[in-house]
Amino acid sequence: MEFEPVIGFETHVELAAKSKVFCDTRAEFGGEPNSYVCEVCLGLPGTLPVLNKTSMELSLKVALALNCDIPEVTEFDRKNYYYPDLPKNYQISQEYRPLGRNGAMTILMPGGREKTVGIHNIHLEEDAGKLVHDVYKGRGVSLVDLNRASTSLLEIVSQPDMRSPEEAEAFMETMRSLLRYLEVSDCKMQEGSLRFELNVSMRPKGQKEFGTKVEVKNVGSVRAVLRALDYEMRRQTEILEDGGRVIQETRLWDDERGETRSMRVKEGAKDYRYFPEPDLPPVHIDREYLETLRKDLPELRDAKRKRFVEEYGLPDYDAGVLAAEKAVADFFEECTRLHNAPKVYSNWIMVYILRELGGEDEKEIADLKITPEHLAQLAQILDSGKINQNIAKKVLNKSLQTGDLPEKIIQEKGLEMVSDSGEIEKFVDEVIVEQAGPVEEYKNGKDNTLNFLVGQVMRKSRGKAQPDTVQELLRKKIRGEQP
Amino acid sequence: MSITADEVRHIALLSRLELSDDEVELYTGHLAEVLKYVEKLKELDVDDVEPTSHAIPMFNVMREDEVMPSLPQEDALENAPDRADPYFRVPKTTE
Repeated sequence: MEFEPVIGFETHVELAAKSKVFCDTRAEFGGEPNSYVCEVCLGLPGTLPVLNKTSMELSLKVALALNCDIPEVTEFDRKNYYYPDLPKNYQISQEYRPLGRNGAMTILMPGGREKTVGIHNIHLEEDAGKLVHDVYKGRGVSLVDLNRASTSLLEIVSQPDMRSPEEAEAFMETMRSLLRYLEVSDCKMQEGSLRFELNVSMRPKGQKEFGTKVEVKNVGSVRAVLRALDYEMRRQTEILEDGGRVIQETRLWDDERGETRSMRVKEGAKDYRYFPEPDLPPVHIDREYLETLRKDLPELRDAKRKRFVEEYGLPDYDAGVLAAEKAVADFFEECTRLHNAPKVYSNWIMVYILRELGGEDEKEIADLKITPEHLAQLAQILDSGKINQNIAKKVLNKSLQTGDLPEKIIQEKGLEMVSDSGEIEKFVDEVIVEQAGPVEEYKNGKDNTLNFLVGQVMRKSRGKAQPDTVQELLRKKIRGEQP
Repeated sequence: MSITADEVRHIALLSRLELSDDEVELYTGHLAEVLKYVEKLKELDVDDVEPTSHAIPMFNVMREDEVMPSLPQEDALENAPDRADPYFRVPKTTE
């Protein structure tokens, strides 16, 4: 029997507010443990939360970009549970009146197929602190750092609309791109500011009803999610093929071992006893304000990709690569503004610059020593014919390493094309003498040999001659014409 | 609607309360009384009434996103029953 997966995600994103969601303490990654805390986020008696306006605004931007229904009134609720990562013994979240429902996000599959994934709801809540497990006097202990406790966390709950690992991957990439375009978060998965919680079930292909789903937590990268998904698909399929039943549970991903394992929860079934948070008054979402936010939404990835194809004549694939990150897309457009050579930039960025940035989360384009000014200057020099493609690539790599402007590199290294035809002619003459054999072959009609001879001249000129000019000269000289 | 002793034990566990068997019996009776009163309230027709989540008609109480100084680390940790500087120390949370 063939099984297919049913996949959904809870996306957790830490919002880029400077202070925490319900108090004015610094919200920042890192920092000495327990140095970004105050009476409110420590849950001391008698303190009251006050909502951060920016957290709400960033959340609404996401809800708008994901085409959610946004209610007139949104409210907060208490989710009750005892765990030392939140000292109040409840988490302020949104259960009954979340700020967004019934949204949708379009993902693009390889080959150009588009698919819409439903968004069940979006809600704003406070993040939890961090626990480090340790041993003290022979017993296991947990060490608590509350710097992250009560920072703004937005949870985006998707519908279980995905049916393959490819769709799951496209979902994560599209979501990350969207959140970064909106500039609501830095989305650094390694630092935990973007986390995907996977839920997956298997069912016989063709069956309408869903199977029993399993939630997988503790997955720290897109790659890890895909590995965990692959593992769960195999594990659940095996159980079903043996006639067994999958248990509904939360499992933890162990990245080292490459497996998920059951997370035994002492408390038994989830019993959060949600009730309205009495300390936070409801929020009326003004329609005019919402319209202002909507108008200010940036152009998102897909729109940008389509525009790049139309405006700059780029292939769809290239446009998609450039548009994946807003910073990269902006970099590209700044280059074209300075000097119009979109295809050259597109090639350089895809081949040399993105390689420099590495995979997810590593470097930002802004961290590089190279700027749009470098690329524009280089393209201008290339267009003027002073250097050729190969030299341009060398200069680009040098710029990437040193941050020097192309003009300076070309001058210092004497990379400008030899325009002195006398010098080129000298090289050509030398090659004709030295390579008598191949010259003879060319004369006898073996045209390909010419490329070899051009290469010899190029080598003598250390790459500074124009191949076209060299070819022309060689041809004429061998045929005995006057150049 | 009534409540069983097992349900009372479950609620006590969720609230991290340790109850003796006598207390379980006592509170089962108390909670049953409360629930009986709620049953009485259920006789009212409230179909057209919006559930009240807040007693005071106040909306949109928000603050600007400005950072104020944190509590000094020493103050933050001062009242902890157990600490391993700069952390709070608690019994192990995972198995």
